[in-house]
Order: sequence, then C-alpha cells, then structure tokens
Amino acid sequence: MFFILITGLLLGGTYALIAMGLNLQYGVARIMNLANGEMLVAGGFAAFWVYTAGQVSPIAALLVVAPLAFVVNWLIYRIMLRPLVKRAKSRGALEVDSILATFGLSFALVGIMTWAFGGGYFNYSYLSGRLDIFGSSYAQNRVVAFSIASLIAAALWLWLSYTRAGLRMRAVAVSPESARLVGIDVPAVSALAFGLGGAVTASGGALISMFFTLDASVGVLFTMKALIIVIMGGVGDIRGTIVAALILGVAETFVARVIDPGLTLAAAYVLFLGILLFRPQGLFGKKPT
Amino acid sequence: MKRRSLMMGAATAAILAAGITAAQAQDTIRLGAAAPKTGPLAGGADVTHWPAVRLWVHLTNEAGGLQLADGPALIELIEYDDQTNPQQAIQAAQRMATQDRVDFMVAPYSTGLNLAAAPIFSQLGYPQITGTNVTNQQPELSAQFPGMFFVLGRTGVMAEDTAQVLVDLRESGEIGSRVALVNVADAFGIEMAGISRAVLEENGFEIVYQTSYPLGTQDIAPIIDGARAAEPDAFIAWSYPGDTFALTDQAIVQNFTPSVFFTAVATAFPSYYGRFGEQAEGVMGMGGVNPDDPAFQAFAEAHTELSGQGPDFWASASTYATLEILGQAIEATGSKDRAVVMEYLQDNSNTYETVLGPVQFNEMNDNERYWTVGQWQDGVFRGVAARGRDGVSDVILKDGWD
Amino acid sequence: MSMRDLRNLFLAALALGLVALLPLYDTGYILSIATTMAMFTVLATSWALFSGPTHYISLATAAFFGLGTFVTGLGFQTLPMWVLPIIAAGLGAVLAALVGLVTLRLSGVYFVIFTLGLAELVRQVVTWVQNRTGQRGMYVLTSITERDIYWQLIGMAALVFLVGWLIARSRLGFALRIIGNDETVAKHSGIDTAAAKVLLFMISGAVAAVVGAMMAPRYIYIEPSTAFAPILSFQVVIMALLGGTGRLWGPLAGVIPFTLLWEFISRNAPNQTLLLLGIAFLVIVYVLPGGFVGLYERLRHRFGSGGH
Repeated sequence: MFFILITGLLLGGTYALIAMGLNLQYGVARIMNLANGEMLVAGGFAAFWVYTAGQVSPIAALLVVAPLAFVVNWLIYRIMLRPLVKRAKSRGALEVDSILATFGLSFALVGIMTWAFGGGYFNYSYLSGRLDIFGSSYAQNRVVAFSIASLIAAALWLWLSYTRAGLRMRAVAVSPESARLVGIDVPAVSALAFGLGGAVTASGGALISMFFTLDASVGVLFTMKALIIVIMGGVGDIRGTIVAALILGVAETFVARVIDPGLTLAAAYVLFLGILLFRPQGLFGKKPT
Repeated sequence: MKRRSLMMGAATAAILAAGITAAQAQDTIRLGAAAPKTGPLAGGADVTHWPAVRLWVHLTNEAGGLQLADGPALIELIEYDDQTNPQQAIQAAQRMATQDRVDFMVAPYSTGLNLAAAPIFSQLGYPQITGTNVTNQQPELSAQFPGMFFVLGRTGVMAEDTAQVLVDLRESGEIGSRVALVNVADAFGIEMAGISRAVLEENGFEIVYQTSYPLGTQDIAPIIDGARAAEPDAFIAWSYPGDTFALTDQAIVQNFTPSVFFTAVATAFPSYYGRFGEQAEGVMGMGGVNPDDPAFQAFAEAHTELSGQGPDFWASASTYATLEILGQAIEATGSKDRAVVMEYLQDNSNTYETVLGPVQFNEMNDNERYWTVGQWQDGVFRGVAARGRDGVSDVILKDGWD
Repeated sequence: MSMRDLRNLFLAALALGLVALLPLYDTGYILSIATTMAMFTVLATSWALFSGPTHYISLATAAFFGLGTFVTGLGFQTLPMWVLPIIAAGLGAVLAALVGLVTLRLSGVYFVIFTLGLAELVRQVVTWVQNRTGQRGMYVLTSITERDIYWQLIGMAALVFLVGWLIARSRLGFALRIIGNDETVAKHSGIDTAAAKVLLFMISGAVAAVVGAMMAPRYIYIEPSTAFAPILSFQVVIMALLGGTGRLWGPLAGVIPFTLLWEFISRNAPNQTLLLLGIAFLVIVYVLPGGFVGLYERLRHRFGSGGH
C-alpha cells in the first residue's frame, strides 16, 4: 500500500510539473496553450544538452532554463498572442483563435527542434540510483523531481497569495474586465503570467528528462495530460492543479498495480470525464457567473 | 535544403577525380524515400531507417554508382517526411512515382506505413522490399501485392524463438518455469504476447504475471513491482523504445533480478548500452547480429562515420540489406526498367549478398534466414537465436544489475 | 421551393457530377490528393453542421472515425461491404447521442477538452478489449481501389450537403439560428435546444464514423494508434474554421486550399514540413479571421453586391 501511495505521489509530482505552467497561462493569460508540451520537451532538450556537453546537473541547468524560457514565452505572448487578445470580441472567440494559433506554434516548435537536434530519442543517466523508503525502492531522480516540484508549487502559491504582484495576477484570473477597472495593467500581467507559466513548464521538462525518454515529437502527449489536469483542478487556481495532479498520479498507480496497467489511461479519462460532468468548473474552480 | 544535391555533388567530384571524363554523360537512378522525420515513429526512423538509407546511397555513389548495361549510374536520393501518417505515406508514394518520376522507391518505415503505401507500390509496379515490416501475413500479403518482399522476418517466429530460448534454458536446468509476460497494448505487442504465451504454456511454463500497458507509458514502476512480487525466473516485455528504457530503469531501481530479462524494440539500439552501460550485460532483446562477421563490422564502421551514430543491432542492417538487394537486382539485369528488375526479384532462385549474409526469397517473398533474439554481451548485442544464420552465440543468464 | 433554390440545387449537382468524373482523367497523384480532399470535405462539412450554429468545438472526430475503421476491420470478411457504413453510422450516432446527452450542458472550453478526452478514452478501451481478446492487428485486404473510395466519399459529400441544405430550410435550422444568436431567447421561445443540439451532434458523429468505415480499405492495416490519431480531429477543426462555418460551402473553401498547401509544403520542404505548416497555420489565423467565409462577407459588405 505504501508503495502505491508513494509511487503515486511521485507520479503526481511529475504531473504537477507538466501542468502548473499551463494553469498560469490559461487561468491568467486566457491562452489555451496547445504548445505547452513542446515547451516542456524544449526544456528537456536543454537539460540533456548541458548534461551531455558539460556534465552540468539538470538541476543546476534550471538556473539557465527557467529565465530563458520566461523570456521566450514572454516574447511569444507579446508578439504573437497579444494581437489575438486585442482583436477577440468575446472569450469564446479568443479561445478559438488561441487554440488555432498555439496548435500552429506547436507544429513550428516540433519543426524547429527536429531541425536543430534531429528526430531521435534522447535520455541520459542522472541520479538513477535507488532510494529506500519503508522497505521499497524508488528512483532518486523521481524523488528529487518531486521535491523540486513541491518547492515550485509552494513558491508559486505563496507568491500568488501574499504579494501585490500575485494579487494582481489573481485579480486578472478572476475577471480581466474588473481588474482593468481597478487600474491593473492587464496586458502586462497576462504577459508576465504567460512567461512565468512557460518558465515553470520548461523547468518541469528539464526535471522530467532525468527519467523520461523524449524525442522532438513527443510533446503532444504532455499537452493532453496537462489540459486534463488543469481542467480537472479548476482553471486559475494553482492548488486545484496540484491536487488534481496528485489524485491522478495515485489513481493511475492504484489502477496499474491493483486492477490492470492496460486500463491506467482509461481510468484517468473516466475520472476526468466524471469530474467534468459533475463539477464542470473543476475541483477548485469558481462557478461561472 | 535538399540533401540530394549535396550528395550528388560529392559523388560527382569523386568520380571526376577518378579520371572519368565529364564527356561521358552520367546516367542517374532516381530513388525516392518517404519515412517519418516527425511524428510518433520519428525517433525510431532516425536511428534505424534514415542513416541506413543514406549510407547505402553514399557508399554506392562513392564506388561509382550501379553498373547498368550501358555504363554506371549514380543514385539520386529524394527524401520526404511522411509525418508518421498513413495518409501522407500514401500521398508521398504517389508523388514520388508520378511527379518526381523516381525509378525506384525505398520501402517506408514500420508495418503500418508499409501496408498503407503497398497499393501504390503495387499498382505502379515498384518493388517494395521492406526492412522494418514485421508481420505474420506473408501469404496473404504476397498474394495481394506480388512486389512486396519481407526481409525482417516473421512476428510469429520471433515470438516463438524468444520462448524457445526459455525452453532451452530450463532444459539445461538453468531456470525454472515461472514467467512474467508484459506487452505494450498495440497491434505489435498484442500479437507478440499472444504467440509467446501460447508457446510457453504448451511447454509447461507458468505465466505468473501477465499484463499490458498503453502505448506511450513511461511510468512503469507498478508493473515492475507487480512482476517482482510474482517472483518469475524470466521477464519478457514486448515493448517500444520509451517503455524499454523505462522498464530497464525501474528494474534496476527496484532491484528486480530475474535470470532472463527481455525487452523488445530499442534494446538493440546503441543508445541502450550508452544509457545503461555495464548494467545492460545479459539483457535480451529482439534481433541481434553476428558482430564477428566482417561484413557487419564494415557496415557498422561506415554507419558511424557517416551519421555519427552506430547502427542498431537489428533492423538497421535489414533496412540496409533491402537496398543492397535492390542494387544487386538492378546490376544483375543491367537495367533500371522496373518490370525487368521486378521479374528478377520474383525469381526465387536468385540469392543476394547482404550485410545480413546471403538472402533468398521463398515463394511468399519471404526471407527465411534472420536473427531472432539477441543479448548484450561485453558491450555488443550478439545474436543468440537465429533461423539459418551462422555465428549464434551462447545465452548467458542475467546476473543481477549491480 | 423558389427558382433560386432550384438553380442552386442544379448547379451543386452539376459540380458534384463533374467532380465525380475525375477518376476518368487521372487515377494517380491527383486522385490521391482528391481523395484526401473528399475525405476532409465530408468530415469538415458535417463537423460544421454541428459546430457552426452551436459554437461548440468538437475534437471527437477521431473517436467516430476510428470507430468506423474498426467496424470495417472487424466486419469486412463476414458482412457485405455495403452494410458496414450503415452499421458504422448507427454506432456513431449512438455514441454521439450518449455523449451529447451528458455533455451539452458543458460550455466552451470544457466541451472541447471533454471531446478530446473522449477520443482518447475510446481508443484506450478499444485497445484494452483487443488485448483482452488477444486480437491481432487487422489487415483489411480487399479489392477496393482508391477510385471506389473516392466515389463513395463524393456520394457521402453529396448526402451531407443535401442534409445541410435541408436543415437550413427546416424548422430545426430556424431553431438553430436562434440558438446560435442567443440561447436564452431560444429557450424562452419554446425551442428544445438540447434536443436540437444532440440531433446535430449525432449527424456529425454518424458521418465521421461512415467516413472511417469507407477509409479503412485505404489504410489496409488498422491499429488504434493510427485509427484514433488525434491529429485528425485538429485537422478537421482547422480546415473548417479556415473556410468558415457560417455557410454550407465554408468548410469546402477551407479544405481545398489547405490540402493543397499541405501537399505543397510536404513536397517542397521535406525536412522542414512541420515547421512551415506551423507557420502557415499562424499566418492563416492572423490574416483570415472568420475564414474565407468571413473574407467573402467582408468583401460583399464593402462592394455591396450579393443576391438579397
């Protein structure tokens, strides 16, 4: 039982890394970013590259990956997505436009990565030894990734809850129109949220690359997972995403160990579809007014 | 942007240097190739398919091209990305045949894409010599598509031989009868697991743990935990690259140490050894080669030189062999007329000298001699079971991970 | 039926007839592109029948399409070929009705993600059942040629256009226009909005399943990872939106340029295909808001022409 719980929580930590960034991007900046997974893979590529080229630890690589991803995503928002936000007449229209635009972006990113790094698989061995907890063994790199995911989550939550910048971000998440009325620079906050989301996602990719085999085309799998977790947890609330990620991790592990590994994904979708039906706004979401 | 111009340039220069005057107009053979550069199978194609195809074109042109009846002809390679999409594979085959007017086409990568493109090859009379098409339907397929040839071997035989390795080990008293059997839940995994299960049960093995997992799963800890709890003597996984790495990784982490540890696709990749190093010692997988064969050694060396990575120890060689076979058929007939070449290929009495050793097709266009099971031994993926191939190495037991 | 309607019907029939003659001219490259176009025309037009008026974006096309290919894959040896699309249509409609009944109260993005999840769920369940029953990869080896598939698809396209045209003229179409403008108004004026939406979703689901059943012999090898590939759902959405969903011919106006563009890029940039496709998507989103229909309406508005 401990094994299932711990393995599930470790997996949940991985899922939180995949989804937290998208929550910021969709919840605050209102961009349903279908290129999320590609940003994740790009982070993984960066970590792989610095590790194989200079034996730099992927954790140290975060110091470069995160700021770089922030700048790239901030620019993507300002240059590419801002015009769509401006021209959108309603939230629905923006959703359609952002789905189309970021779908195009995801293609372009896969193209760039294939061109730059080739289409092959990449992985490397870092902290792949075992760590014993309660008589069972777990991969060290997964435990480390979980710890860092917890740190990122805690930092984000504290920042959002207790700083003025975080307050502004939550205000935009709740209602961009009202936020504008009380003098918040909505475009600037949105760009910040989108950049920050990208930084979190790319950092997640760098950490995940320690134990996942990735290739340039694999991002879409992560995008789907992230979408599900974000919607399940409730848009615009970081706690929801974390809780949903952990629930999903434990549930999948439980199904895989106790029922049938062949049904893990099916179980995840059943859980997701069920929550959506009975609580469309997600676990932590506010009921739409 | 296009690779062919570069390659042609280099090849032409080499020939000019060899003293052939430019006045002798060079004939060319246009060779079309469409396979994944992006999409879910791009990772596999990047290891197995593209380097082998480019290597053959490179080496053939370096040697002055293929000898036709009226002189040598250089190969012009035209590449397309089929995006791992059957729709695109069909369109690319049509495009190469009718727009680029290629003389011959390289068979696509993977079973699904090969079959999607098969009607186009067949209608337009292109030989389709497949190197990465694992199927058990050779009789039906060769009846419907008489120009389709199978070099890689049969799924059924591979699954049987894998089971047979266990039978032999038990007979010599080295392992017991407990087997854990898992598979990736797609057509390949399901078929392989089904056959190996049947063979194992027939031989009195006990399947103590059996399960499948969805395509793309890399969170594999519960599966290894379940398999370990069942205390098997042998662990057999019909897996794909991502999960092959993840299964091995988790087995090491949880110190799961069956005497036989078998993972399927990607076990034969050089990057598998690159990732696990000495811990890979004793791991078994699909395919295998005879690393002592000078033909293979020369191939591996040239492969590493041209593409910067070694060949995988399974389908790289068979992909390369498909082109060797095509080249030898073209040279034997001295013609780039597809109908003539096709007739030569369909003549079962012809034998081809390839990196795999001699290849001959039977009445179902099937190559009956191939490697089925390999094992990492001292940093090389040696063939430990084969049909009709020399140089089979002895199986060793897996002695833990540390 | 006015003279105008008759004329339009006649012109549409004439155009379809001409298109159906294509295999007499070419059975190679052009036909294979045309088959792709025909497939996407049917899928995108039927998708727009539902999504146009309701503004719901469905990413479930792959689920219905995959279901259809499996119907053919499982049944082609035991049942006559003409029965298979009918079974597929029935199953597609039932699945769509189930989904529609439980989900149409979800709005906007929740519906989008739900349908995406649904396609994956169906794929997982199908795979699991296949694994349980030890069923192998399916080989649909038939004597059906690309030309036959093309004609089937053209026939299907004719049917979909006819249905769309009839809906627009019916009470249902009237109801849908009101729903599209303002759902609350529609409800207050006594329209059963839920029933109308479910009915349309069933039509588009059934059509996608039929297309899957027709396409299976073209792929030959049927496995869940290609039959349910989510890219198909996205392609359909992109093409329909590129054309514009406001008019029946809108999706067609998206499918043709899009398929040609895809082919052009695949052909001319074999190593940068995805990169250029991605950039092309982006350009389309920025330059053509509202798709070709939007462009047409704007031009018409500006030059004041048109038949009213």
